[in-house]
Amino acid sequence: MTREQILDLYFLEARGKLIELAAFLDRVDRAPGRDDFRLTALRDALRLLGGNQPDRAKNVLTAFSDPTAEPIPAATTKSACGAWPGAAAGGG
Amino acid sequence: MRYIEPHAHMVSRVTDDYVHLATAGCQAVCEPAFWAGFDRSSPAGFFDYFRQLTEHEPKRAAKYGLAHFCWLCLNPKESEDVKLAEEVLALIPPFLARPGVLGIGEIGLNKNSRNELKVLERHVDLAARHDQLILVHTPHLEDKLKGTRLTLDVLRADARIRPERVIIDHVEEHTVKLVLDRGHWAGLTLYPVSKCTPARAIDILDVCGPERLWMNSACDWGESLPLAVPHTALEMRRRGWTPEQIDQVIFQNPLQFLRQCPKFKLAS
Ligand SMILES: [Zn+2]
Repeated sequence: MTREQILDLYFLEARGKLIELAAFLDRVDRAPGRDDFRLTALRDALRLLGGNQPDRAKNVLTAFSDPTAEPIPAATTKSACGAWPGAAAGGG
Repeated sequence: MRYIEPHAHMVSRVTDDYVHLATAGCQAVCEPAFWAGFDRSSPAGFFDYFRQLTEHEPKRAAKYGLAHFCWLCLNPKESEDVKLAEEVLALIPPFLARPGVLGIGEIGLNKNSRNELKVLERHVDLAARHDQLILVHTPHLEDKLKGTRLTLDVLRADARIRPERVIIDHVEEHTVKLVLDRGHWAGLTLYPVSKCTPARAIDILDVCGPERLWMNSACDWGESLPLAVPHTALEMRRRGWTPEQIDQVIFQNPLQFLRQCPKFKLAS
């Protein structure tokens, strides 16, 4: 497919997702309380979209990932939250 | 269009979903053992689940002309309790000879804990001792990359395991090459929000090529789409894939992997 064909197929969807993300960040800003590690991770990952480097999807996924290698002592929950809370939080 | 749904938790789905799968061209549905959404209180709960997977669910599917196969294990979300895991593992061997059982799965890690790793190693040993295919679940979200690496190390450490007889499921852009580079098969799961969208799955196929990859819906008791595979086939058409190329990914590829188990046979 040509670049134009890809744009024809996906541009409006990508535009819509970007506006959703912008509105989400505005919504967070309006809400009382503090940021947490999830928002920090999201803001860090956003920077990966700015440049022209390839593998953006891979890099964003990696940015949200637990970077450690050792198994954790025990599972205290079954669920994942989407961002790594950091070693201090016992997440790795 | 014909396709195989290689990963669906039909025990959690209504009968209408079987009608939809059959109508969309599904030839066979394969159901890995997984978490019920709550912890079972005893090994007897798993015994009944294994009976449901091997006796009841194939009959339900057969009403709509669908072949039903399954995989057995204790899932990673219930692997923290090693004693329970050992008791459940002991229940599995007599079930392995049943007609629709394809192998051990979906095993793997959830939070990447020491006990989960221990139970994963025991499942791999069970599969090796009984010469079974393996289907691996990889963890969710931030735990996936680490869990994939740990899982790959467990598989490599067991010399009896032939990589081409193992499928590692729920890969995404950051894990797919790790899996393929080790000689395993990789599964692209089309699941809302937390896994691959059709567009991203096709991107991965474009970048990595279609060899040793399959697609599945992994539909279960969560919000999920049983027809995710045929929907993605439609998207592949919009992206210029030919019917033959689509057939390769959604029918031939799962067939090639699954028929390594002689029990995997389609009606025609
Ligand atoms: Zn599953």
